[in-house]
Amino acid sequence: MSQAAVSIDYKKSVIDAVIAGLLALIVFGPIVGIVLDGYDFHAEPKRLLWIVVVVMAGRLLASVLFQTKRGKVLLYKHSSKDDGVHVLPPGHKSKLRWVIPLVIVIAFLMPFVATKYILTVIILGLIYVLLGLGLNIVVGLAGLLDLGFVGFYAIGAYGLALGYENLGLGFWSMLPLAAIIAAFAGAILGFPVLRMHGDYLAIVTLGFGEIIRLVLTNWTSLTHGPNGMNAPLPTLFGLEFKRRASEGHVPFHEFFGLSYSSAYKYIFIYLVLLLVVLGVLYVKKRLTKMPIGRAWEALREDEIACRSLGLNHVLVKLSAFMIGASTGGLAGVFFATYQGFVNPSSFTFFESALILAIVVLGGMGSTLGVVIAAFVLTVLPEVLREVAEFRVLAFGMLMVLMMIWKPRGLIRMTRTGVALREGKVE
Amino acid sequence: MDIILQQLVNGLSLGSVYGLIAIGYTMVYGIIGMINFAHGDVYMVSAYVTAIAIAMLSFFGIESFPVVILGTLIFTIFVTGVYGWVIERVAYRPLRGSSRLSILISAIGMSLILQNYVQISQGAKQQGVPTLLSGAIRFDVGDGFVQLTYMKLFILCASFIGMGVLTYIIQKTKLGRMCRATQQDPKMASILGIDTDKIISTVFVIGATMAALAGVLVTLDYGGFDFYVGFIIGIKAFTAAVLGGIGSLPGAMLGGIILGLSEALFAGLISSDYKDVFSFSLLVIILIFRPSGLLGKPEVEKV
Repeated sequence: MSQAAVSIDYKKSVIDAVIAGLLALIVFGPIVGIVLDGYDFHAEPKRLLWIVVVVMAGRLLASVLFQTKRGKVLLYKHSSKDDGVHVLPPGHKSKLRWVIPLVIVIAFLMPFVATKYILTVIILGLIYVLLGLGLNIVVGLAGLLDLGFVGFYAIGAYGLALGYENLGLGFWSMLPLAAIIAAFAGAILGFPVLRMHGDYLAIVTLGFGEIIRLVLTNWTSLTHGPNGMNAPLPTLFGLEFKRRASEGHVPFHEFFGLSYSSAYKYIFIYLVLLLVVLGVLYVKKRLTKMPIGRAWEALREDEIACRSLGLNHVLVKLSAFMIGASTGGLAGVFFATYQGFVNPSSFTFFESALILAIVVLGGMGSTLGVVIAAFVLTVLPEVLREVAEFRVLAFGMLMVLMMIWKPRGLIRMTRTGVALREGKVE
Repeated sequence: MDIILQQLVNGLSLGSVYGLIAIGYTMVYGIIGMINFAHGDVYMVSAYVTAIAIAMLSFFGIESFPVVILGTLIFTIFVTGVYGWVIERVAYRPLRGSSRLSILISAIGMSLILQNYVQISQGAKQQGVPTLLSGAIRFDVGDGFVQLTYMKLFILCASFIGMGVLTYIIQKTKLGRMCRATQQDPKMASILGIDTDKIISTVFVIGATMAALAGVLVTLDYGGFDFYVGFIIGIKAFTAAVLGGIGSLPGAMLGGIILGLSEALFAGLISSDYKDVFSFSLLVIILIFRPSGLLGKPEVEKV
């Protein structure tokens, strides 16, 4: 960069700010400034004024900042989009590898010290970790934007409720079954998707998720419609987590001679969920190193090149959809058993968008990022009850800003490089 | 028989509205090759602005139907057009040249922002507008009757005028020529002195104004709406755009009318609970078997 003196054109900045203020007035004026009240309305000039002032000040600041030297450097840095996988030198040992066993030990000890409320919040966070990991395979690794992911979640949850009511299946038999059913649903969705890419894919998967929700709402004879269905609690070798067990069963607390506490079932769900999450994390770690995982990423980067190199794109895409969907199904079973109850309102498009926000914020393809993002996006609104109504707004802004600023998420996907092995090849 | 005819009448007015919104999808897709994910929510915003305009006009004591409708139309189209411009500026322009996935995610973010922002500022409850135009023309058919309300007639006329004006602009004016040139080859168009950034903004604005027109018409006809209406109607309009062949202007209108008619017939004859399922399934089926639609050109995969 040249050493020429940086002059700031304040007049231009002020004009920019005024234009931004006018636009803000037109955009926010009718919706924020005037609130409908039946066929009547009342004005809210104060909050409109606040927004306009904030927009103008922000625009002025940004305009001045980007004219200074440091601002220009910042702009330049972010105009070159270095997206791609961060490759570490061969033989690199992560500094975090000592942290992981520690985190696992803490996670296993957690339920015995935490209160019931904290435990339920963490269970919710873990369910979203599962969902995020599932969608991360489809979106982050394979680059297929799936907006109907909530459909698989619903299949898992309703699978448990329906299997319990109609076939008498419990949590343990439905856990693998739901994963298999969801994987098949993923394959069914995957087939049409093979012919399309990008936006069409997004819209079709969105339609798929909505079809599932609408069927759940309207097929009242099977799903009881909006009233929802009951889901069973898990059992430990036939021991139930209720105060009084059903006929022929023994409640957990009586068997071990403990006094009854409703926290037991959450502790149990938490531990099972933790094991499943760790299992999925391990499987995903292995998958990204296997040829199939590499094929997903290659397909994400350039589909035409992959196909011309003889990669079977049908198999690769279908496998991503099926594995992602089965993880979603698992999460659904946990959600149903945790709530003890399912109804269609838990499976709206917002849910899909939330899961997508987790993947986007965490970093596409990055496992650690998704785990952290899932906790941040689900636990934080629980803690900060006052801002909960702004959370979807925040998700939306997050998605736009992240795409402009860091399209690959906060934590970039890393991979250890490969080195040739020393020695001769016979 | 009278049920079928009545549903055809309803479907025609519904379909012309779908066609209006589909124009927004089809034009944006034609020019940047992307689905404008926030388009349905632009429609939703226009429904709110319509109600606000009517409430304000009645506050100032203006009640005569032509004045109210004209004022509402101008106000809504203006505000919604600015929305279209701002959306392009915020969620699309900074991402020009990025991967498709990034642009798509940013557009979904924009859609969430719009929905939630309206929900926070206006409340989540169902809103409504008073009936401005009542009465109907009745036709006796067999032992029943078919009625065409004045409002439906108005919707049909207004949407066809809107489509006509737009077709004229695109086909005959200089602006339209620049739009078409940019659609065909943005790089070449910019070399030849067309400000493609400006044209892309203009296309977003045109799409938004058409959505605004649809918003005014539907809101006046049905009366009720909430912050979530944009989602369903957006997908349906997109289905219409795909059905007609995305990127094709007459295709969007044709697709809208076909979708409106088939949906109304499905609702009237089979089940109104599953009419949305029907539209979504139709979308999937069209995309599988005929992704280029009725009037669209098949997409050539570029290497």
